Amino acid sequence: MTIHQLSIFIENRSGTLIKVLDALKEAKIQIIASTIADTAEYGIYRLICSEPLRACEELKKAGVAVALSDVFAIEIDDQPGRAAEAVKVFSEAGISITYMYSFLLRGKGILIFRTDDGEKAASVIKNNNLKSIDETDLTQWA
Amino acid sequence: MIWNPNKECMSRDERSALQGKRLHKIVEYVYHNVPFYRNKLQELDIRPDDIQTIEDITKLPFTTKKDLRDNYPFGLQAAPQSEIIRVHASSGTTGNPTIVGYTRKDIGVWSECMARCLTAYGVTRDDIFSVAYGYGLFTGGLGAHYGVEHLGASCIPAGTGNTEKHLKLIRDLGITGLACTPSYALYLAETMDKLGIKKEDLKLRVGAFGAEPWTESMRKEIEARLGLKGYNIYGLSEVMGPSVSYECQMQNGSHINEDHFFPEIINPVTLEPLPVGQTGELVFTTLTKEGMPVLRYRTRDLCSLLPGTCDCGRTNVRMGRIQGRSDDMLIIRGINVFPSQVESVILSLPEFAPHYLLIVDRVNNLDTLLVQAELRQEVFTSTFDTPAAVEALEKKLAAKLKSVLSIAAKVQLKAPGTIERSQGKSAHVIDNRKL
Repeated sequence: MTIHQLSIFIENRSGTLIKVLDALKEAKIQIIASTIADTAEYGIYRLICSEPLRACEELKKAGVAVALSDVFAIEIDDQPGRAAEAVKVFSEAGISITYMYSFLLRGKGILIFRTDDGEKAASVIKNNNLKSIDETDLTQWA
Repeated sequence: MIWNPNKECMSRDERSALQGKRLHKIVEYVYHNVPFYRNKLQELDIRPDDIQTIEDITKLPFTTKKDLRDNYPFGLQAAPQSEIIRVHASSGTTGNPTIVGYTRKDIGVWSECMARCLTAYGVTRDDIFSVAYGYGLFTGGLGAHYGVEHLGASCIPAGTGNTEKHLKLIRDLGITGLACTPSYALYLAETMDKLGIKKEDLKLRVGAFGAEPWTESMRKEIEARLGLKGYNIYGLSEVMGPSVSYECQMQNGSHINEDHFFPEIINPVTLEPLPVGQTGELVFTTLTKEGMPVLRYRTRDLCSLLPGTCDCGRTNVRMGRIQGRSDDMLIIRGINVFPSQVESVILSLPEFAPHYLLIVDRVNNLDTLLVQAELRQEVFTSTFDTPAAVEALEKKLAAKLKSVLSIAAKVQLKAPGTIERSQGKSAHVIDNRKL
């Protein structure tokens, strides 16, 4: 039910981000969504892309500090209040969202998030009929 | 003013005779009380009776920091534990600190040496003297404290930190003397500027500065900003603590309390003694210490002994300014730091590769230490995807460094492969301070 996210450790100085992007360009990897969580010194560059496993290998070869994380991707209508409804079911189940970001794809909202309890989150998604997106769909639509 | 003219102004012959007598006694004492020294002396086929004059000292074996570490914690202690009334500790090169025990007599000798030093600076019992070295395991605070009390001045045990309150006391109590590191003295000056306190508001007139290298230009700056006269004080815990040597009014080298600590200068490579005036490694033999005497302890400090006599009337030999180290020890905020200590911490944490860099700087007159440590590839697992995870690792390393180094270091995590590979220990350090 989860998809692969690349989590890349970068230092907050010029030249570190372009190194990652250049490596992805070389490998002809398409970025579907990305966000940077930063502190004063570092950033974690999170990205959803085509062929994440190959992307991870290519980045490692280029000397990038990268990890593969499992995150959920669910589709919601692009309407006010839909994100609140989606997140509410997790909060009611006592699941914490570790981080979340979103983007639009084919006119639909996609929420990407990780939780503190993956198994429980998966059953919540199932029981509440939330629409989970898998990797093949994402790559095809993008 | 001279605290103890009998000892500080002895003729050369008298002093040599006293040193020879004391050396024989101390060799006999360690031979019978410290198995480490007995074994070393026996290996060299030396009996205590072979040591009669101070010139015989060259027959004796050297002691190194490694010997202290190998015999941690009490292996080199000569006095029974029941006679030890104080224990200090300083940083070791790796892992274990250096432990030094003092008997009541040792504390007395130390206080005497400190009183000689303060008197040479012009401090009297009418002074109010603030000790702003660190109190605790570090010898600076308590060492200076006991000397001030022994002299009879009023001692203010300020310690380090809480600088604003300290400045208030310096002003309100009319404190006249100050003992601290030169960089802390400059930090006090900065704080005065910040609070709008002028040197004319203070009665400071004498400063005892040491525990870290400092320059003539730092002296001038401290003197100008605090409105006092600054004197150098030198010491090391392995030998005693502060007051092994001290400047007098002439400020041309520091007089060594050589009736207690016999100095030699050696070539650090060949270990051959060097003639007076030549620069080499400073070596001390404690002539009267009971708790943990040391024979020919290699300080790793590079300096020379100054020829000739001093116009102040003291006859005890002077040492010149410390010109460097024969090892890679750094002195940061008065604390001894070895790159190998940082290495041992990094190697003890599985998240880090054995690649690191220490960057030392001086910002607003305070030393800073930045440790860059390289993460292993294995760290990058599925949950290493939040700033919180990165910061937790950063904190873990910082806490461990603090407990081993006794000073706080800022930690910077580096991605795998981003720290330049180097050969040799010195390549692990960038010291940007202008000393």
